[in-house]
Amino acid sequence: MIGLVFVSHSRLIAEGVCRLAQQMSGDDVQMAPAGGMAEDETLLGTDAMYIMAAIESVWSDDGVLILVDMGSAVMNAEIALEFLPGEKRNRCTISNAPLVEGAIVAAVHAGLGDTLHDVNVAAEAVLNARKIVRAK
Amino acid sequence: MAQEITLGQLRNWLILYADRVIAKEEELTRLDAAIGDADHGVNMRRGMEKVRERLQDPNNPCPDISALFRTVAMTLISAVGGAAGPLYGTFFLRAATSPNDGTHVDLAQLARMLRFGLDGLKQRGKAHIDDKTMVDAIQPAVEAMEAALASGQSLAVALAVAQQAARLGMEHTIDIRANKGRASYLGDRSIGHQDPGATSAYWLFETAAIVLGSPASPSNTG
Repeated sequence: MIGLVFVSHSRLIAEGVCRLAQQMSGDDVQMAPAGGMAEDETLLGTDAMYIMAAIESVWSDDGVLILVDMGSAVMNAEIALEFLPGEKRNRCTISNAPLVEGAIVAAVHAGLGDTLHDVNVAAEAVLNARKIVRAK
Repeated sequence: MAQEITLGQLRNWLILYADRVIAKEEELTRLDAAIGDADHGVNMRRGMEKVRERLQDPNNPCPDISALFRTVAMTLISAVGGAAGPLYGTFFLRAATSPNDGTHVDLAQLARMLRFGLDGLKQRGKAHIDDKTMVDAIQPAVEAMEAALASGQSLAVALAVAQQAARLGMEHTIDIRANKGRASYLGDRSIGHQDPGATSAYWLFETAAIVLGSPASPSNTG
């Protein structure tokens, strides 16, 4: 079963997303938040080493899907992957899915035992989901 | 023999750059508040304080140029939460992998290091020239340095033209629209403001011209 990591500039957002996702999948899916800076929980920002530690903490050979908010979250997730050994790096994917909706969908599919690829496809499909259909 | 830059001079350059960023934190904050999330000043100040502390630690000297650049990179990656951390971090990390003689570089090696850094930075940020980013200061500077090298100019001249090109590139960001980062959310309203990343990147070349363009004195031969 794959693991999930949630990266946000805000520790509260990452932890909140993690709780929401856990509610969907139960305790079977390993997931970890990596929000804000490891050294100071009051700082907004993202932290490559913190992200790497989060990936390690949920590691299984089925791989890890990383969901991110934006900007430096993407770049620091990329750096975290570069610091991982090659055989682990190849089993990690940074998702293009929106963080909150993507996390929920990913948790459901991960809990069903889907592969890393399939979980990411499902999470990214959320990009096409409309929340509100406006009358013309 | 080609003029050379010592490990000590490179260290002094990065310390002067840290001093410059720390002293001008408010200028970066003001520029970033206009078009971004106002975090560039505080993030860069926090990162460069750590860099300065690390480079001035007498018990933990960097033994060679690659170690020096790697140390700066890892310090910035760990300490800077915004985009500047991974971007400057990648710049120095890639520069560290460029061939050098360990404790000296000549102009050709310096230009190649900066080219490695620039390529890494562009890869990381997916940014190109005229996206209103750090690239707009660094790319013209690296190209000017390479042109000076190709035409046989001295180290001091190469550093001076690189600084001039970085300055013009930084000033050019006032006239263009942001395509990257939070400033891109503003669209055309980002025009008329100088990019904070290009500004902090310009200082890199300004301080390089000051420290690396003058001959190594006995105190900084590293």
